[in-house]
Amino acid sequence: MLSRRIIPCLDVRDGRVVKGVRFRDHVDMGDIVELAQRYRDEGADELVFYDITASPQGRSVDRDWVRRVSRTIDIPFCVAGGIRSVDDAHAVLNSGADKVSINTPALERPELIGEIAGAFGVQCVVVGIDSQRDDDGEWRVRSHAGDPGQTRALPRRTLDWVVEVQQRGAGEIVLNCMDSDGVRNGYDIGQLGDVRKLTTVPLIASGGAGSIDHFEVAFRDADVDGALAASVFHSGTLRIPELKRELSARGIAMRL
Amino acid sequence: MSRIALIDAGGANLGSVRDALERLGVQVDVVRDGDGLRDADRVILPGVGAAEPGMRLLRERGFVEVLRASKQPLLGVCLGMQLLFDSSEEGDVECLGLIPGRIFKLQEAPGLRVPHMGWNTLQQVRDSALMAGIADASSVYFVHGYAAPVTADCVAGCEHGQPIAAIVQRGHVCGAQFHPERSGTAGSRLLANFLAWSP
Repeated sequence: MLSRRIIPCLDVRDGRVVKGVRFRDHVDMGDIVELAQRYRDEGADELVFYDITASPQGRSVDRDWVRRVSRTIDIPFCVAGGIRSVDDAHAVLNSGADKVSINTPALERPELIGEIAGAFGVQCVVVGIDSQRDDDGEWRVRSHAGDPGQTRALPRRTLDWVVEVQQRGAGEIVLNCMDSDGVRNGYDIGQLGDVRKLTTVPLIASGGAGSIDHFEVAFRDADVDGALAASVFHSGTLRIPELKRELSARGIAMRL
Repeated sequence: MSRIALIDAGGANLGSVRDALERLGVQVDVVRDGDGLRDADRVILPGVGAAEPGMRLLRERGFVEVLRASKQPLLGVCLGMQLLFDSSEEGDVECLGLIPGRIFKLQEAPGLRVPHMGWNTLQQVRDSALMAGIADASSVYFVHGYAAPVTADCVAGCEHGQPIAAIVQRGHVCGAQFHPERSGTAGSRLLANFLAWSP
């Protein structure tokens, strides 16, 4: 049986893992490879590295960590952040990443999704979507959400974008519900459920995990394929072996 | 010293397969044309992407005839396994024809996502040295939208809406639909078994 996936997300800045709440106040967490190995050993099903390196210059120097991660770990990993072209995707995939995740660059030029899918296959194209509810009750997409000062509200409805990115070749969608992100009150089950109805590719929940119950309802009620979380794992509030054992005991398919 | 040739067929997982072999303490030669296979003791064909460009590249680089004629143990991974079969529905292409059968498209259904992506359990269907030390129902990591049918050449299967082949073997040719290089302990065991395999 296909397991549901538990996916820790590590924010990488200038070659180190950092953590922040709502993308602010970054604190150094340690070496990328050491943390990746630790999560692998604890039973993470996959890892996402979100490269928040401030300058493109810093990024090109720093991406050698992708090689180091690939040499060390034997579970899949995805690199997000700063992938703006087929060449960027090629460099990251060639260094050993299994997938690339694109967000703002796909909003700026949606053709990019199809270009990367055409070059490397849909299975390695993840589209990340930052979504927030507007005053009129509609969920709409935000761009540049990695940088709080730069975040822009777009007229594009989240549900429309979900349909479009699949038509263009997304092999997986990560839906980051910004209203719940970083505050550990649970995933946005309503929004995830509505997106699920329109999604035939794997859907990953992001934003809001704080307890085992939150993971359980995301898998059971929103039927997501994976759940991504950062702070709840980094802080040690939840440990992956216990989380997976408990979810399995509650009837959620887990790789133990 | 045995020489392991890793075919560069443009697939994006070349580096990760090499890394996995190096974790087992094995050095590999990345080969870019058919001539590079001639004195190899074992051959690995990785692959990520689509069947048509995959076969085109194998043809352009002179791999097709050499692979069809070769007798060394050969392991195909993911798309590399699919290319071992007669043909693929993906782009309707003729493949290497080393294993009978046609690769088919996985169909979406309610609750059934395509691509088939994530950790799924193996079900061994016949004995094989390739499965040594791999417990039945071990989880391994799959990422694919097309699949091979379960035939007499299937060593281990997997279920994704329907039974599909996860590990195949016919004579000196074998393949894994999942990614052993990203499948934790079970995956590295499969690679080690292949390296020790005498068909």
